[in-house]
Amino acid sequence: MAKPKKKSGREIFALGAEAVVEGALLAGCSFYAGYPITPSSEIMEGMASRLPGTSDGVFVQMEDEIASMGAVIGASLAGRKAMTATSGPGFSLMQEFIGYGCMIEAPLVIVNVMRGGPSTGLPTSPAQADVQQARWGTHGDHSVIVLSASDVQECLAMTVTAFNFAERYRTPVILLLDEITAHTREKITVPTPDSFEILYRLQPSMPPEWYKPFEETVRGVPPMPPLGAGYRYHVTGLTHDPLGFPTQRPDEIVALLERQFRKIDQFFFDIQLADEIETADAEIVVVAYGSVARSAQLAVAQAREKGVKAGLLKLKTLFPFPRTKLERLAPHCKILVVPEMNMGQMSREVKRVNTGQFAVRTINRVDGQIITPAEILKVLRRR
Amino acid sequence: MAERTQLIHHYLRHNKKFPHVYCAGCGHGIALGSLIRSVHALGWSKDEVVMVAGIGCSGRMAVYVDFNTVHAVHGRALTIATGIKLSNPNLKVIVVMGDGDALSIGGNHFIHAARRNIGLSVLVLNNNIYGMTGGQCSSTTPLGATTTTTPFGQMEKSFDLVELAAAAGANYVARASAFHAQGMDKLMQATFTHRGFSLLEVVSPCHTQYGRKNKFKTVVDMYRWLKESATPLEQYRKLSAEKAKGRIPLGVFVDRDEPSLEERYADLRADQTAQAGRR
Amino acid sequence: MKKQPQIQLDRFEICLSGLGGQGVQTLGKILGQALALGHSYYVTQTQSYGPEARGGASRSDLVISSHPISYPKTDKIDLLVALSQEACNRYFGLLKPGGALMVNTSLVKQIPTNRFLGLPFTDLAQDRLGLPQAMNTIVLGAITFLLPFAKRTVIKKSLEETLPAKIRPVNVKALNLGHREAEKRFTDLPTQWGGEESGD
Repeated sequence: MAKPKKKSGREIFALGAEAVVEGALLAGCSFYAGYPITPSSEIMEGMASRLPGTSDGVFVQMEDEIASMGAVIGASLAGRKAMTATSGPGFSLMQEFIGYGCMIEAPLVIVNVMRGGPSTGLPTSPAQADVQQARWGTHGDHSVIVLSASDVQECLAMTVTAFNFAERYRTPVILLLDEITAHTREKITVPTPDSFEILYRLQPSMPPEWYKPFEETVRGVPPMPPLGAGYRYHVTGLTHDPLGFPTQRPDEIVALLERQFRKIDQFFFDIQLADEIETADAEIVVVAYGSVARSAQLAVAQAREKGVKAGLLKLKTLFPFPRTKLERLAPHCKILVVPEMNMGQMSREVKRVNTGQFAVRTINRVDGQIITPAEILKVLRRR
Repeated sequence: MAERTQLIHHYLRHNKKFPHVYCAGCGHGIALGSLIRSVHALGWSKDEVVMVAGIGCSGRMAVYVDFNTVHAVHGRALTIATGIKLSNPNLKVIVVMGDGDALSIGGNHFIHAARRNIGLSVLVLNNNIYGMTGGQCSSTTPLGATTTTTPFGQMEKSFDLVELAAAAGANYVARASAFHAQGMDKLMQATFTHRGFSLLEVVSPCHTQYGRKNKFKTVVDMYRWLKESATPLEQYRKLSAEKAKGRIPLGVFVDRDEPSLEERYADLRADQTAQAGRR
Repeated sequence: MKKQPQIQLDRFEICLSGLGGQGVQTLGKILGQALALGHSYYVTQTQSYGPEARGGASRSDLVISSHPISYPKTDKIDLLVALSQEACNRYFGLLKPGGALMVNTSLVKQIPTNRFLGLPFTDLAQDRLGLPQAMNTIVLGAITFLLPFAKRTVIKKSLEETLPAKIRPVNVKALNLGHREAEKRFTDLPTQWGGEESGD
């Protein structure tokens, strides 16, 4: 006997941006600082109206994106789950503090609703032009997690995931959306809070005098108490020793930076998320992310109807780049198609990890228009 | 003496990060002493104090004190402090910056933090120079002064920190001098306990990078200059424009009692929660 | 919202277009919400707009389907609603053969086809309601009459849930006005919606 479908959560007809707000609140976000910018302002507006009504939620509009990131980092140190949202130019301004966030290992979430660039570019039109900036925007070697979402329900889910990764790995997590995803309305289910696994940063169990804030641990992620909890320690963007104090000793520098990479590198299996759609026997696979993945999905379905063995690898984690997902395609797939609304930022990654198994075809648009299913279909059908 | 040693041992990370970076004659050490005496006089526990410092000579102070300490990026200490204070208004958040830090690269954050009237105790140690980076001119370097980036004399006007903070909306604005340590203690305690954005400017001589190039032969000359030009604000206000020239008024410039941002926010949240309860 | 039975649809596409400030985005949101939550369709509503808050081009697109929607944007439009001359000129070419064109005859004076559904929405809002801002809701009433898969009660509910209490009564009036006017004027309705494409 079929069970009645259990209804958990409430249905709403919401923008991708509004789904981000719902996801953040579900994940336990209680601090938002931001600065208005098209096309991400709906996230900020949603937080402005929702956070003051929660038990401890704080919303503050700062004087610019630099200050927004500073406030988010301060909140994170004070024990909050904190986030900000922005678009291209604002994201550029945040880069200095993103590096600081990586260096002091502050859990936080940055949503970047990408628009056309460079510079002021195309404020109201979609693009995926910040992919490499998300990875390498700040100076210095650093490890960072970059996620993406392609529809409204996924905006909610990936926001929760972003917070979970931030807390589990003590790191800034960047969620890259594009204007189409953020500004599309769809019916979504806002799940009840208990239907998600919600993670919190590890707290120290040792007495304060034993606590070392940047100590090596099995996972590479040291516990992080909130400021004021009795664990007084020093936080700095300078290279620091396990106690947090500035150091110039080569052995301590190497230990710090290697741990910061390793804490993410050794958990690729947990972090690298992708959906495989009709890839099992696919001879040609589209690798796509964001709204373009939806075009690709329709194109793949149409190609299958025409007898082309096509598939779709929809990337939800952009960095660390999920190379193993590609390698798994190699036995049957000979061609990869990478459509994206930029001049080829993710296809660089695909080509980087390709050791000759695949021919890589790119489809690029930078005119503020989405790549249509027809455009992708044409490339899929090309022999 | 013994009492002072005990204080030092209680508040400084004496076993970790000394000797400090400050040059002989630097005013920053005097400000640090005043800060410790003030925290001690107020009876605050070290756990509830958060010090956020910027980059530069002043920024290094955060390493030395045994509070919760955050060494920010250049110019942005106030933004981090804002996040901390709003997240946990019970914390006593002290922000320490230099003149280049607070007024040049961080000028925008400075005026907006003051406008917001967020409850931070802000110390700007003004030595009229970029000390750590090698003596370049800052936005408080006096007109005509010689620095490594103004070898022919500074031709830009300098900021008056006190006037700037007052105009931007700070609740409390005062100025102290490194020569007048006891006066600084009083002003520092008032700065730490005043509601809202509270600023104390400390005029802090830098002989190494500024004095030597600007006709102060020795450190003592700088302190002599400070002693002679410093004037209590009440007296200063009575002076003619001519006599006031070159003098440094010390004292309390602004003393307002407007609710701080975190207080206003607490009211908003109580209001919202009550409404949610009624719905 | 209570679930309503639905007519099977496979990517029925609507393009609502006009000037910034005419309420095109709100119209799309209310319509999409009604179809998604009230009628349980899969709906994607996308938007495109210029930098202007008032004037300039504004467009809200809906794809409505009984099945999950992959590509969220419109491709071949079944119903084009043009509330300004510029919008009509710009988007008429996107209408698929057999699709319907609904225009605001108060502002669209040059209509590129003889087969269109026209109502003077701007004038109706001004003359009958004394409230130019309610124009978009009159359009919504007319659309409700046109679409065989949208019930007026469902649309009304979505309207009431979206708008602030103060302006609800006048908007319900506007919705009914639009529906009534459409009923009077639109006699030659497209019959093939949701099914085969027909040549024109």
